[in-house]
Amino acid sequence: MNATWSRFNITAIVLGFAFLYLPIVLLVVFSFNESKLVTVWGGFSTKWYYSLFQNQGLMDAAWVTIRVGLISATLATVLGTLAALALTRYTRFRGRVLFSGMVFAPLVMPEVITGLSLLLLFVAVGFDRGFFTLTLAHITFSMCFVAVVVQSRLVSFDRSLEEAAMDLGAPPVKTFFQITLPVILPAIISGWMLAFTLSIDDLVISSFTSGPGATTLPMKIYSQVRLGVTPEINAACTILIGIVAIGVIAASLVNKQREVQRLRDEQAAQRG
Amino acid sequence: MKSLGNIRRDFAPWNQPGAKPYIQFKNVTKRFGDFTAVNNLSLSIYEREFFALLGASGCGKSTLLRMLAGFEEPTEGQILLDGQDLRGIPPYKRPVNMMFQSYALFPHMTVEQNIAFGLKQDGMSKSDIEKRVGEMLKLVKLGQFAKRKPHQLSGGQRQRVALARAVAKRPKVLLLDEPLGALDKKLREETQFELMDLQQTLGLTFVIVTHDQEEAMTMADRIAILDKGEVMQVATPAEVYEAPGSRFVADFVGNINMIEGKVAARNGASATIAGTGGLTIHTANAADTTVGADVAFAIRPEKIRVSSKKPEGADNLMEGEVYDIAYLGDMTIFHVKLGNGQVIKASSLNATRATEDPLSWDDRAWISFRQDAGVLLTR
Repeated sequence: MNATWSRFNITAIVLGFAFLYLPIVLLVVFSFNESKLVTVWGGFSTKWYYSLFQNQGLMDAAWVTIRVGLISATLATVLGTLAALALTRYTRFRGRVLFSGMVFAPLVMPEVITGLSLLLLFVAVGFDRGFFTLTLAHITFSMCFVAVVVQSRLVSFDRSLEEAAMDLGAPPVKTFFQITLPVILPAIISGWMLAFTLSIDDLVISSFTSGPGATTLPMKIYSQVRLGVTPEINAACTILIGIVAIGVIAASLVNKQREVQRLRDEQAAQRG
Repeated sequence: MKSLGNIRRDFAPWNQPGAKPYIQFKNVTKRFGDFTAVNNLSLSIYEREFFALLGASGCGKSTLLRMLAGFEEPTEGQILLDGQDLRGIPPYKRPVNMMFQSYALFPHMTVEQNIAFGLKQDGMSKSDIEKRVGEMLKLVKLGQFAKRKPHQLSGGQRQRVALARAVAKRPKVLLLDEPLGALDKKLREETQFELMDLQQTLGLTFVIVTHDQEEAMTMADRIAILDKGEVMQVATPAEVYEAPGSRFVADFVGNINMIEGKVAARNGASATIAGTGGLTIHTANAADTTVGADVAFAIRPEKIRVSSKKPEGADNLMEGEVYDIAYLGDMTIFHVKLGNGQVIKASSLNATRATEDPLSWDDRAWISFRQDAGVLLTR
């Protein structure tokens, strides 16, 4: 491995990061712009943040997004976990390969197709489009992501833990709640977080399956941007970025710390 | 015939005609799809016995243990525990506990909580649980580790937690699946004796699965040797070693020389064997054979003497040359090539630091053994 910083390396890194983060930096900077013109700097100000919270439309949309996210992520986690359990545990049933393929197909399905097919279904069944259909749609597409995350944990799960619990007198249901669930909980939590993130930033499927009175934040932002970008939108996006960044950093720090602690414990144990 | 030593001299229920077996496998067969893991197997294990299931991997020994624990149901046949048919009784209602090969410690619980888990399932009162957990921790000498999680323990400590957890409920039978497999050699030897002490102290029936014959020989009262889902022999370690019932058992346990041949003449228990390659062997252990029968004469290397001079008055004497020497410290194993090309292994104990009769490669050597040193195998 080359440990020195060649000119080529530095250039590559600067270009790469600029490509990734320059647009976001611009957006954040212009959210603090005094001027109403998006591309002209008119001095520092936080007034767009203030007016953002006065904007009833945006606040309503944010509230819808959060509710849909919480409900759909939770239900998707329950269903996805059950699917993962079924697919890893009952390995002998007929058509298992087909089933696991079908659970994971939505991962690669173009969103437009998922959205359109859900819309057709809701129309055919006669559901009024709105908050309910929106939540259903989000559960549908985020469930398979949860299933993938939980399944990858279950594959490495030592089944003898469950056998040991049963051997010690715990019936299957108790074994599941006292042994299996706590052990795979980290995977379930990250599955939930993934589902929640997918839900709050989805635009395409939401546009197909939502109705009057259930506009999500991404839909609202998109429709407003078509009438021209306002610094208010920049402010809203900056807040979103902030929340996501804090979440990701916190999660990885906790993980990292736990890993370091674990390694240290194991080394200590080996020494005696 | 002299006794083939039973170490616990006063304990041999399998020889008492009226003794009731505690665990009974009756014509048990277990199939997984097309694969027969256990084939029409019958076995009796007695109360307070330390019983070992010994065999190579895939011989069905773990399947037997898992059927006893309730994780698998026999395809055919019956398993009785204290006279009760175990069919249909789920693992969590069986009065047996198992120590797993991987230990299967619950990673999210402390040592204490792991040991208390089974007791909680029984609805034991909090103070009783605390007391029992304390006893168990003392028993396995892990008192100061009570609040640790499994990943903060060394391999040997984890093994002891698994053991404490499995015996905490005072099961009627403790099942041990390769309990020492993950330990290094020194620790394994120590733990063997700890397990034996524990079994004596608690007065439990132990059924252990192992592929390590030394482990089985050291710890068990009796050993069942399994091959392809069938029992080849059930006997005490000394019997298995000194009186193997078949060529398979003789070959599987320890080192042995085997000479195929026919019974040429027989007089009572004594017989002359005409071995392949023109060897003639006199043996005093031929009570169950008939003249003309195909037999294998089997003899352990330590029962053969090697010398450079022709010994006087030997029952059996053969000449050859030293073909290979393996010096192991406590003993030396000589491979002696006979005139007919057959190689015989003979080991001699290095009881003194220097030997009077040094043998080297390609030296002429005489091997001799007594009439009663070997056994005849018909199966």
